[in-house]
Amino acid sequence: MAPPLDIAGFSVLLLLALALLAPLLRSVRTLQIPLAFSLGAAASLAAVIAGVITVADGSVASATLTLGIPGLPFHIRLDPLAGFFLVVIGLVGFFVSIYSIGYVKGYGGVRSITQMICFYSLFLAGMLLVVLADDAYFFLVAWELMAAASYFLVMYEDERAENRRAAFLYLLIAHVGAIAILLAFGVMAGQSGRGGFDGYTFDAMRTAHLSSGWAAAAFFLAFFGFAAKAGVIPLHVWLPEAHPVAPSNISALMSGVMIKTSIYGICRFAFDFIKEFPWWWGCVVLALGLISAVMGVLYALMQHDLKRLLAYHSVENIGIILIGLGLSMIFASFHLPTLAALALVAALYHTLNHAMFKGLLFMGAGAVLHATHERNMEEMGGLIHRLPWTAALFLIGCVSISALPPFNGFVSEWLTFQAFLLSPALPHPLLKLLIPLGAALLALTGALAAACFVKVYGVVFLGQWRGHQKPERIHEVGPSMLGGMLLTALTCFLLGIFPTWVIAWLDTIPKQLCGGRLAESAGKFGWMWLTPLSHERASYSGPVVFIGILAVVAVTWLLLHLRATRVGRVPIWDCGFAKLTPRMQYTASAFSMPIRRVLGFLFAVREQVEIVPQTNHPAMPGTLQYRLRIRDRFWNWLYEPQGDAAYWIARQVGKLQQGRIQIYLLYSFVTLIVLLVFLG
Amino acid sequence: MSLHPFAIELLQLSLLLGLAPAFAGWVKVLKCRVQGRTAAGILQPYRDIRRLFGKDIVLAENASWIFRFTPYLTFGVTVIAAGIIPLVSVDLPLSATADVIALVMLFGLIRFFTALAGMDIGTAFGGMGSSREMTIASLAEPAMLMAIFTVSLASNSTSLTQMVSVMAHAEFVIRPSLAFALAAFILIALAETGRIPVDNPATHLELTMIHEAMILEYSGRHLALIEWAGMMKLALFFALGISAFCPWGISPGGEIGTLALALVMLAVKLMVGALVMVLIETGLAKMRIFRLPEYLGSAFLLATLGMIAFFILE
Repeated sequence: MAPPLDIAGFSVLLLLALALLAPLLRSVRTLQIPLAFSLGAAASLAAVIAGVITVADGSVASATLTLGIPGLPFHIRLDPLAGFFLVVIGLVGFFVSIYSIGYVKGYGGVRSITQMICFYSLFLAGMLLVVLADDAYFFLVAWELMAAASYFLVMYEDERAENRRAAFLYLLIAHVGAIAILLAFGVMAGQSGRGGFDGYTFDAMRTAHLSSGWAAAAFFLAFFGFAAKAGVIPLHVWLPEAHPVAPSNISALMSGVMIKTSIYGICRFAFDFIKEFPWWWGCVVLALGLISAVMGVLYALMQHDLKRLLAYHSVENIGIILIGLGLSMIFASFHLPTLAALALVAALYHTLNHAMFKGLLFMGAGAVLHATHERNMEEMGGLIHRLPWTAALFLIGCVSISALPPFNGFVSEWLTFQAFLLSPALPHPLLKLLIPLGAALLALTGALAAACFVKVYGVVFLGQWRGHQKPERIHEVGPSMLGGMLLTALTCFLLGIFPTWVIAWLDTIPKQLCGGRLAESAGKFGWMWLTPLSHERASYSGPVVFIGILAVVAVTWLLLHLRATRVGRVPIWDCGFAKLTPRMQYTASAFSMPIRRVLGFLFAVREQVEIVPQTNHPAMPGTLQYRLRIRDRFWNWLYEPQGDAAYWIARQVGKLQQGRIQIYLLYSFVTLIVLLVFLG
Repeated sequence: MSLHPFAIELLQLSLLLGLAPAFAGWVKVLKCRVQGRTAAGILQPYRDIRRLFGKDIVLAENASWIFRFTPYLTFGVTVIAAGIIPLVSVDLPLSATADVIALVMLFGLIRFFTALAGMDIGTAFGGMGSSREMTIASLAEPAMLMAIFTVSLASNSTSLTQMVSVMAHAEFVIRPSLAFALAAFILIALAETGRIPVDNPATHLELTMIHEAMILEYSGRHLALIEWAGMMKLALFFALGISAFCPWGISPGGEIGTLALALVMLAVKLMVGALVMVLIETGLAKMRIFRLPEYLGSAFLLATLGMIAFFILE
């Protein structure tokens, strides 16, 4: 079999070729979509194969390309960490490509399919190259390729002003982040002690010896840049704007994998380049992770736009991943390799899990959008009767993201909890005390996420249809969309049932990055029992939980169906009053009202109730209008002042423009004089 | 002579399945006595369940499979949880299936589906119950885990059997951390099992229902399963508290003698625990729903104090 690096290279080349050939495919109109996205799926699958082999073998392969700038050819390298992210990108890419065959068809005749195919493949190729790049220059080229391609995809439906605004905001914050990453590379290269372009290779950065101040500067610049891409609070404002307005297959890729490339970057900087760092770095990462997790899920609860809500959940889950990473960094800084390995595995596992269930949920949201042309949850309801398969698959995504057993989200959160409870091993008294309190915040996040997804599922799929169009016109989506979702849901399930295999497979990454291993203790009692450190400490068995529940449910069902009973179907009991209408159901805003009351001080909430009296009976209320406006406080605190300042400066500078030629000549003359004075 | 672990597991499961209604009946009898009413007897829950199993089912027209599946899932998960918590012996084959965090999440799975079933019909009652239940749960769960983590830190484990073994063999001293954690646990357990002052299991008044509002539309065997699982859940929360905070008496192996002792101890603990709960329920009034954050917040504070006490004093 070909070496993994070649397979990964083939995958990237296939995607780049697809981007180039997309215009040619236009001539075979009917085949264009299936052909292009099948090729995309094949390329993604190749990336998965390359990644799986690399991680399993723990092999490292590198190559120098003949491309690049003089003195700095492009370097690529495939090590287990890069391999893991190849798998994450490839798996979601594979499922989403299958899904896209059906989904993109909906744009046929309305929008340019060629444009979609072209940027879709460039986007995937860019993400793969980000994790493969082995020098700063190539990394940034790939990073920008990924950012630019996704910008055009967010802009895909560009006739709406909100989409253009979201895409602009996205591009702006992506570039602020990219500049920070560039500066971080500059610091690393400058301190690496190698001259010329040589310092910009990742090899030089691995061997560089940085003073603690420069190391901190490099790490936090990079962390800032990656956090901007990942949507870590307070740099998250672009995410709930940009992810929802993109086509749903793109939202799945952006939320599922693109933001994960920044997790890759943080791992690379902390564990691979710098290696030795003080404990407070980990604390900063942990604290930001906790804030993102809690605030992300709270903001999500307040949304009633389905895709926007899911986007806020990405902020939450990035937070959970950062919690694992932060704990791992704290343990690593005190040289506790096994504990660092546990926390790192928890973070990586959650990265993979989140990619799966968030991909699934965005694909499901896309299916709902496709079928109903509606994003506002308040206009939906009862879709389980119209879209039975989508509903069942979406439910798996909901249970997974709510961290409920036996699905995958639970396993990684459980591992994170275990990492939290290991804090007594730390030699630092304050950390020992404070870190378990973080576990309470993680528990709060999990419980709020469950509340949020009861709301999502209950309002969108259960109850009765609330919308204006006739529900009979809503039909189940096609086989390719269902197929893509089904495979993703299956992966969610398998990742939840067989965690020991996944951890055994992942084992080479913590071994390489923090010197600790987990697989031996985690799988000591066979594949059925997950025992992260020892069976006395904690154990969990996904298969037994699943089979046990299934068995009891089956036996109970059979016993109760031995005797035939009549199941009567009747109209809803309305307590003897007038007929219930769908408008009387609990809405999304009503569902989250208690939490809004309890934790509302964290948002800028404005509620207005207006009672308009009847015209003929002024004493009697006619209609009641309820307006609710919730704003992100960070927007008011952090972004608006900056925007105002930028406008103010622009206005002041604008005063120079008088529009008269004499004034401009005077400017030139003064400039000339000043220059002469300085030069003289 | 000692019993095989599988036999103990089976014994525990059948005990819990069979006697949970009796325990619920005992609670009701106590409550009636304390409040000066005549009781229907310990066996009334059995009669209720039997009657419900015999009845036909009436479903709303738009009830989906979620509504019909939830009672079975609730029952199934509760039975699995009953096999995990050590009641009479720590030597249970199922106990390694889930540690205490996973156990809390299993109860979370029941709540998730019950709340979905509440929203399935599309009445305002169901949605109201689901919304309130999920709100309370999201505030209660952090406090619950904090209380349990304090015990976990003391026993260096989240596995229930290990927690029981360590705590049962430690010499008996009043540990401030555990005292705080126990106080927090009691407050939270009242919330999680839907008792006064958080929820009232006996009410069907729209302003005060939480759990009952979610299951209002159920009938026949569905309702029977939910009620039965609810009784087991009540007993299991007592069992969880017992194994975390006063595990003395739970048999370390499977010897008949220690098992018999464990059974007697368990019965005594459950009866005393029920009395405490009934006194709390009778002495307090149900709280307004927006007062609950204060109640749950104080539980969280107590649990946090317990954890701080553990690190500072022990």
